[in-house]
Amino acid sequence: MRGLTRDRVVSIALLVPAVVAVAVFVYGMIGWTTWVSFSKANDLSFDMSLNGLANYQSVFGNARFQLDLRNTVVFTLFFVVSSLAIGLLLANLLDRRIRAEAIFRSLFLFPLAISFIVTGVVWKWLLTPTAGINVLLGLPQQSNLWFTDPTVLKIGDSALIGIPIALFSLVIAAVWQMSGFVMALYLAALRGIPEELREAARVDGASELQLFRRIILPLLAPVTVTAIIILGHISLKIYDLQQAMTKQGPGFATDFPASYMWQTAFNDNQFAKGAAVGIVMLVLVATLIVPYLLWNRRQEAAR
Amino acid sequence: MIESVARPASLRRGRPRFNLGRLARAGVYGTLLVAAVFYIIPIYLLFMTGMKTFAEAANQSLMWELPRAASFDSFAEAWRTISPNFINSFKIAVPAAIISSMIGSLNGYILAKWRFRGSETLFTLILFGMFIPYQSILIPLLKVESAFGLYNTILGLVIIHIIYGIPITTLIFRNYYVGIPEELVEASKIDGAGFGGIYRRILLPLSIPGFVVVLIWQFTSAWNDFLFAVTLTGQDNWPITVAVNNLAGSFSVAWNVQMAGALIAALPTLLVYILLGKYFMRGLLAGSLKG
Repeated sequence: MRGLTRDRVVSIALLVPAVVAVAVFVYGMIGWTTWVSFSKANDLSFDMSLNGLANYQSVFGNARFQLDLRNTVVFTLFFVVSSLAIGLLLANLLDRRIRAEAIFRSLFLFPLAISFIVTGVVWKWLLTPTAGINVLLGLPQQSNLWFTDPTVLKIGDSALIGIPIALFSLVIAAVWQMSGFVMALYLAALRGIPEELREAARVDGASELQLFRRIILPLLAPVTVTAIIILGHISLKIYDLQQAMTKQGPGFATDFPASYMWQTAFNDNQFAKGAAVGIVMLVLVATLIVPYLLWNRRQEAAR
Repeated sequence: MIESVARPASLRRGRPRFNLGRLARAGVYGTLLVAAVFYIIPIYLLFMTGMKTFAEAANQSLMWELPRAASFDSFAEAWRTISPNFINSFKIAVPAAIISSMIGSLNGYILAKWRFRGSETLFTLILFGMFIPYQSILIPLLKVESAFGLYNTILGLVIIHIIYGIPITTLIFRNYYVGIPEELVEASKIDGAGFGGIYRRILLPLSIPGFVVVLIWQFTSAWNDFLFAVTLTGQDNWPITVAVNNLAGSFSVAWNVQMAGALIAALPTLLVYILLGKYFMRGLLAGSLKG
């Protein structure tokens, strides 16, 4: 059955169109963008002659882009950690023979079916200072500015490093949308842990807390890695939610590389600079994804 | 199967799995209820505000009050503006989902049952396309779409969703087909079935759940797409996401109309989730690679 049978030729031939499409539209276009990012194409004449590192220097020297990178780090950190914490908590609560478990599960999960645009439109109204949560909870609107808050909690003396308060509004909306996914991942993993393991630990006199910390949590580690990868790559690319909800915010407090890229490339026609931002985003995502893909492949091979 | 292994009698007679006290039990339910309120509030607001009259919605300090009478004026008003976009979204998402699932099934079949030297590497290379930030391909994509006369066309978006859907659809089907026993395929080969015969007789009849998962996944991602649409279409071909974002960004549109518009935009995928939640989840979990 080994040699080059007719079926084998057919199978490879039928795979070719998809492979070519991916090769061109993913890898080819990444190459093309990389070229543009090193070129002079910063107006409509689209001059593709090379210009060295000029665009990267310009972009990294740009105050707005520096803030965008800071915002990406802050947002990613808070979004990923909160989603993991809430997802883990909800999964653990649901795994306690809860009445109406299915109803709770569906409630925690349905935001995943909705677009980030719709989520953004709703949460914009929920967190508008003159309306929404402030009205519901009777919070004074002057001191609860949510995404219109220009305050940045400074860390150290640098003008750049700090935590913009306005980002938390986006974190809340993004956690609302994605934490159910983490819950589902953890719940599936919890259900996969044999009951005998828990029983054995209890027989040995472990408390519920010890059981969770010493046995359950380590067993959940692979799921945690998966969740971090999925949430992380969404977070590094955040665009739709921010567009619908906050736009760039006061003093770029809720601006991100994706919105900077779009504006630079498609509003200002500075394609080369926009391309440079796109490539920076790709590198950020790739440092997260490539090790994961390789790890995943090795696990597959080991099975 | 772990669940089917009978437990020793002594353990079975022992305490229940979680002998939480009454107080702890109340705490568990209390926390779950608080969480449920957090998840429900935005949807409550969407429905309730959408059903308010313009006069009622105007007073934002009363935004949490129930509407005095159900009015569908906001929905009618929103629908007048965004119905063409709603239809555009269907024109984009339905063909994209159908064609994607066929391509994914074929790729998945080959990568699962006709492996060749390097096919696993190829698979990993394809998967990478699932995670890339589209900002890194958007500029050439715009050039290519323009060159082929596909800029600002529904067809252009359909093609894009199909191409960038190849990684995830291939992944879902490949993982699905890997689970189909090799013995079935070998037996079929002995019976004289070839590439097409094995697919038609063995794989395809078992593929229905795989197709449902992929159709739902692709429909949802195409329906919810914003970035491709806002970059590659003009107003007349905008799908619903771009239209709703525009509606919400406009100061001249009353916010009850914005809410109604957002609800209309969310309805199709919400319905899919409600009706086919199990399959929806499978697609979602497949995104974390192991399926």
